[in-house]
Amino acid sequence: MRYLPLTASDRAQMLGVIGASSIDDLFVDVPKSARRAGLFDLPPHAGELEVERELGALAALNRPAGAGPFFCGAGAYRHHVPASVDHIIQRSEFLTSYTPYQPEIAQGTLQVLFEFQTQVAALTGLDVANASMYDGSTATAEAVMMAKRVTRREKAVLSGGLHPHYAAVTQTIAHAEGMTIERLAAAIDAEAAVIAAIDADTACVVVQTPNVFGVVTDVSAIAEAAHAAGALLIVVTTEAVSFGLLKSPGEMGADIAVAEGQSIGNALNFGGPYVGLFAAREKLVRQMPGRLCGETVDAEGRRGFVLTLSTREQHIRREKATSNICTNSGLCALAFTIHLSLLGEAGLRQLAAINHGKARALKTALEVIPGVEILTPRFFNEIAIRTPGSAAALVEAMLADGVVGGVPYSRLAPDAGLDDVLLLAVTETTTPEDIAALSAALTRRIGQ
Amino acid sequence: MTMSSVGRPTQPQAAEGSAGHASLTGARALLQDEPLLFELGGWDKTGVDLPQAEFDASDLGDLVRAAPIGLPGLSEPETLRHYVRLSQKNHAIDLALYPLGSCTMKHNPRLNEKMARLPGFADLHPLAPAATAQGALALMDRLAHWLKTLTGMPAVAMSPKAGAHGELCGLLCIRAAHEAAGQGHRRRVLVPTSAHGTNPATAAFVGYSVQEIAQTTDGRVDLADLEAKLGPDVAAIMVTNPNTCGLFERDIVEIARVAHAHGAYFYCDGANFNAIVGRVRPGDLGVDAMHINLHKTFSTPHGGGGPGAGPVVLSDALAPFAPAPWVVHGSEGLSLAEHDTGFGRMTAFHGQMGMFVRAYAYMRSHGADGLRQVAEDAVLNANYIKARLSAAMTPAFPDGPCMHEALFDDSWLEGTGVTTLDFAKAMIDEGFHPMTMYFPLVVHGAMLIEPTETESRRELDRFCDALLALAQVAKAGDVQRFKGAPYLAPLRRLDETLAARKPKLAWRPEPTTVAPAPLAAE
Amino acid sequence: MRFTKDHEWVEMDGDVAIVGITGYAAEQLGDVVFVETPEVGKAYKAGENFAVVESVKAASDVYAPISGEVVEANGILSGSPDTVNAAPEAAGWFAKLKPANPAEFDALMDRHAYEQYLQTL
Repeated sequence: MRYLPLTASDRAQMLGVIGASSIDDLFVDVPKSARRAGLFDLPPHAGELEVERELGALAALNRPAGAGPFFCGAGAYRHHVPASVDHIIQRSEFLTSYTPYQPEIAQGTLQVLFEFQTQVAALTGLDVANASMYDGSTATAEAVMMAKRVTRREKAVLSGGLHPHYAAVTQTIAHAEGMTIERLAAAIDAEAAVIAAIDADTACVVVQTPNVFGVVTDVSAIAEAAHAAGALLIVVTTEAVSFGLLKSPGEMGADIAVAEGQSIGNALNFGGPYVGLFAAREKLVRQMPGRLCGETVDAEGRRGFVLTLSTREQHIRREKATSNICTNSGLCALAFTIHLSLLGEAGLRQLAAINHGKARALKTALEVIPGVEILTPRFFNEIAIRTPGSAAALVEAMLADGVVGGVPYSRLAPDAGLDDVLLLAVTETTTPEDIAALSAALTRRIGQ
Repeated sequence: MTMSSVGRPTQPQAAEGSAGHASLTGARALLQDEPLLFELGGWDKTGVDLPQAEFDASDLGDLVRAAPIGLPGLSEPETLRHYVRLSQKNHAIDLALYPLGSCTMKHNPRLNEKMARLPGFADLHPLAPAATAQGALALMDRLAHWLKTLTGMPAVAMSPKAGAHGELCGLLCIRAAHEAAGQGHRRRVLVPTSAHGTNPATAAFVGYSVQEIAQTTDGRVDLADLEAKLGPDVAAIMVTNPNTCGLFERDIVEIARVAHAHGAYFYCDGANFNAIVGRVRPGDLGVDAMHINLHKTFSTPHGGGGPGAGPVVLSDALAPFAPAPWVVHGSEGLSLAEHDTGFGRMTAFHGQMGMFVRAYAYMRSHGADGLRQVAEDAVLNANYIKARLSAAMTPAFPDGPCMHEALFDDSWLEGTGVTTLDFAKAMIDEGFHPMTMYFPLVVHGAMLIEPTETESRRELDRFCDALLALAQVAKAGDVQRFKGAPYLAPLRRLDETLAARKPKLAWRPEPTTVAPAPLAAE
Repeated sequence: MRFTKDHEWVEMDGDVAIVGITGYAAEQLGDVVFVETPEVGKAYKAGENFAVVESVKAASDVYAPISGEVVEANGILSGSPDTVNAAPEAAGWFAKLKPANPAEFDALMDRHAYEQYLQTL
């Protein structure tokens, strides 16, 4: 077995050093009833070539996003990732290291985390960011629970423009922690209804921009209303590239900003691993979940970095911890940071402008298709349309034309009564030919 | 003959004054002194070439960002330099033994990385139509089959993103099951004193109160204490097996029986599954739910702190309460049930697919025979270390074998003036990552060593020789070697008090630095 | 000054009780990096959690040594938590309480009794 260095003679000699007569002697504490003598009913070991064949065959059954016209978004976006990103994250020292609990021999990881935190704080327009969460959805749930700790109130109001899966995760996790979750009805411009739902028991309001229908909203008024009621505003963003074009959550008055960072540096990966971004105002830092990296000095006065404020965390605080999170998304955060270093201020702004330009081109194409109603008034790179019939059936039909024509809203929320709503996303990877193919397919299939 | 006397000397000159030599730049030969990105990068510099787009955001009005973001950029060669220089300040499995107990730092096969990057997996959107993702769904299904077979459990929830997320998933299943049975008043969880911190944190998270179970002098759950604390309000027991002392819970079957007899479920923390994979099925021990850290037992890389993956296997009693999504077999192939299942949803999509591919490649590579050998070699290596180091150090539980990790206390350091921390820091100078320290909390000055099965005998001996040599000098009174350690690492010990008192969590420009000008070209 | 077995001290200043943690406790904790002082206006019963003190490696709950309403919290501690180490039984006080029941104060240990108690630990 290629991954196991011990030879038969090693094993025999080592048993001798231990003073055991056989390997079974080392498993004597296992109850007899649970000892299994034979092999499990699974295939035997396989060489690299065989494993590559099996997995290659499975991969070939999938249609990658890059195989043709492709318009799915709704929380995960296909962007181009520079080759050097993937090269660096595969370096042994990053790939095969553990959480940096021994800072003297983990400065590489720690300095990257410090850079990541600084970048996330800058993007979101807030003071401090943590070293990442699992993804945008769990970051949202954590933000809601943090609002409970800060305000000592138990009700969270979720906008109807919040991604339904994010709302479901928050409902599952924050409700388990004893909170009341009020989910407002799904609507294109759902943010308009949020202010009326804020009351004196509200710990936080959660608003997404661009929202799940692609709508970009200035949440300043919601921030004012929330603050006037003593509640926090949590702003959610699922498309991190939008930070390059749009006003930041911090600028608009957010107390906590969470985002899905997959768009920068990370592949689609069928839903994971992704990287949750989490930032907040400085005064809230002691209530933040997750790891934090801080600057300090070593015994000789040289600058260095350590994990800090760890008394918030489960390994010290145990049942009083701010969260139970331990492992986070370190390597995905590294990919995010490298990609953002390559982009820089100019590159990110340019990338965001290109994405927005593609969406404007998409809108122009959609406007002339009979039966299509454009629902999103202000968008970044995603547009919701109303189709004459079931959007799911339309997507299914367009597959025959070689077009993966977006995400039917009903896939995210079957009971919302929005079966005719289709979400279409574009990025810098979308070509004019892709948009033409989508237009043709939509025209043909709607006509049928 | 022709004779050339020009050229460089080919033997080193007599070494003088080499000790404590400091460079003028702060570099140490291959080890570069590397500033922060924010001190290196330029506001107009970029490492990407993007097409010039005609910028028109007139439709967005004042929603457009006016102020600069504050993101310096680097060209590609500078980016490579920056991160490669930083990487060289990290310890890594590929460099040397990484004996962190409870963490299972084993070799990360590169085949797995290659497979995860196949476009059919990496470039697959989570909401792509099921017809275009049949291979991905099949892989999830096959991985689930392996996990169920290896654990002897009938169901598995695949979506949890890491071990602690899996614990949360398991406890939410348990809570949902109790509520469905009219047992919602059960709100107490019993956890051994030696448990991982995530166990009580997770229990508190779902609103349960936590009570500790005492430990026997031989490092196991005190069955009598457990029985005394069980009652009609207990929702679950959370027990790690093999436990955090590296020992198999001999009474595990009885522990499960008494918990069940009192109407409680048995949550098993599967962090230490590596010790028994292929030999023992948790389902045969009476477990109701157990998370499996794919980033421990099944070799997906730790990546400096994640991503992980924590699928949870479930008993028949808990399976109906598992969260969405599920892979469903239908007449038109595989699909996902994404709504109306179980207690809700743990994450936006279907879990850590990238980790599933890696873990499955690992399992297929080992097969049933290789996985059994994994457990055997992991346990053999730990017992070998325990046997060799016992010559100078004091094992916390000397009687009987350990499982996959060897636990020592600090009584052998008594009177030397050297603490567990000092000893660990001195290991850094010898080229090794320290073991897990001061955990489990039940052992004084604990040193928990987990070598894993992917260490050769030569590497194990190198490690044992180094620790025995250190132990000898500690006992001989060379305290300074330990107190000041590490001396040879990229940095000396760091001031954690300063970091916590005056938290500096992001780079801020010096007051004299001019803020970046807004970009004009757009 | 009176003391509890949990290493809090109380000193009466007129009808206001000043509360902190003892020098022994501060030394055991090591470098204090953060103190969460109680909210002014909030009332506590003796023995309730009313503050948190953190070192780098541990977070410890501080219990109200007597019942009462908080009238002032020590603002210095938010910027200079090290004051707890420097002067635990003086400038490093945590809060001032309006005692609900003066008899509780009298029931606490005096310094001699507390020092004797420390001998037993």
